[in-house]
Amino acid sequence: MIPLASVATSIHIAIWQVAASLVLVALAAAISFWEKADLERDILVATGRSIVQLTLVGYAIKLIFEADTIWLVLLLLAVMVFFGAITARHRAAKVPESFRPLLIALALAGGTTLGLVVALGIFEPTPRYLVPVGGMVIGNAMTASAVALNRLGDEMGDARARIEATLALGATAREAAAPTVRRSLRSGMIALVDSTKTTGLIFFPGTMVGMLLAGASPTDAVRLQLILLYTLLGSVSISALTATLLAYRNFFTPAAQLRELESKAPA
Amino acid sequence: MLFELREVGLDRGGKTVLDSLSAEIPEGATAIVGPSGAGKSTLLRLLNRLADPDRGEIAYRGRPLREHEPLALRREVGLVPQLPALLEGTVESNLRYAADLAGESLELDETLGHAGLDPSFAGRDVKKLSVGEQQRAMLARALAQRPRVLLLDEPTSALDHAARDTIEAALTELRRELEISTVLVSHDPEQARRLSDWVLRLEAGRLVGCGPLEEVLA
Repeated sequence: MIPLASVATSIHIAIWQVAASLVLVALAAAISFWEKADLERDILVATGRSIVQLTLVGYAIKLIFEADTIWLVLLLLAVMVFFGAITARHRAAKVPESFRPLLIALALAGGTTLGLVVALGIFEPTPRYLVPVGGMVIGNAMTASAVALNRLGDEMGDARARIEATLALGATAREAAAPTVRRSLRSGMIALVDSTKTTGLIFFPGTMVGMLLAGASPTDAVRLQLILLYTLLGSVSISALTATLLAYRNFFTPAAQLRELESKAPA
Repeated sequence: MLFELREVGLDRGGKTVLDSLSAEIPEGATAIVGPSGAGKSTLLRLLNRLADPDRGEIAYRGRPLREHEPLALRREVGLVPQLPALLEGTVESNLRYAADLAGESLELDETLGHAGLDPSFAGRDVKKLSVGEQQRAMLARALAQRPRVLLLDEPTSALDHAARDTIEAALTELRRELEISTVLVSHDPEQARRLSDWVLRLEAGRLVGCGPLEEVLA
């Protein structure tokens, strides 16, 4: 069990410190303006949303910590899964009816990984652990499944001729889509696998940085970061696998025919 | 009768692609001819259930196609698409994949030979084949399943004259050596004359001729 109490400190961040960090946002907007990247408006919206969303979630977490009940935690995680699936759906626009596979993928990834870390005794089943870890798990699962389904949508379009030629041999939809599913799964997982490889060398992960800033010992910071990295690896694998395995079916009819998604009927 | 079409219709994107086709396709060599956009390839795809018609019915050997299990049907009624679409790997791995799906043992050299390819092609990476060679590998892959019927969608459209002659010779040889019925889609009436003895003629999704070669393409 991670002795979080021993590393928790009471550093205080004043509002003026947050406000001062907006200088960097202004810098980002200036670069965009200077280079005509046309991202100024997006940067403004992103900054506004981050302030509102994080402030609201901060109060929500405070309430959940004070209430100290597992049901509120589960409710919060369910809301995260729901909105995560909605957000990921936009990245998977070329996948028909992608919401359901994404919802199941995020719920399964979150449920399985959080269940395992609690069952293995790594974290206590209390709001203080489950809320932040759950947020990271579901957030990373969302990114991985969105990337995987984005790739799946592109590949199913590009590989349409090959997939149909394989179906014409009497292959099942699963067999015909196997190379595409494999590549989509890889693309969903590869970013975290790569960042896990280079962690500590090229970049310092957020949790470790946060703990060091908060005054924790480097040993504790590293141990917690390792646990979280491995938890996230499990979670992105489950979510990318579940999302691709459920979503590829939506490209096929029950008679193993490729659905006509666009009006591109052959002559 | 190999295939019977009864009032077959199909729409795509709000347009009628096939309009009330009623025709018969006997055993032997049939050609579906017509200009580009006539619905030839779409009709071919209906014959092994890569798509189903929106209206009407198709029967295969007297039994409605919808009653055939699609995967088993496709192994019996093979389709070679217009453009080559092989799986990554070698020619041999493609042929083995197809033979395994159909539960057939693979006579590698013989199958390659039927498609006009010599045994040295077995180990070749499909990415390094010319389009003509890929098209012959596609034909060999379909033959590896020992189909009873072969559907060929413009098998020579992307090829030069020499490659076209090789494929046509392979198809003629196939008909002579193996008892396979073929349904060939072609925009070229001359090719239909060389390779078929029964013809369906389509124009803008409608059937404008069906019968023996000498009657339809007189």
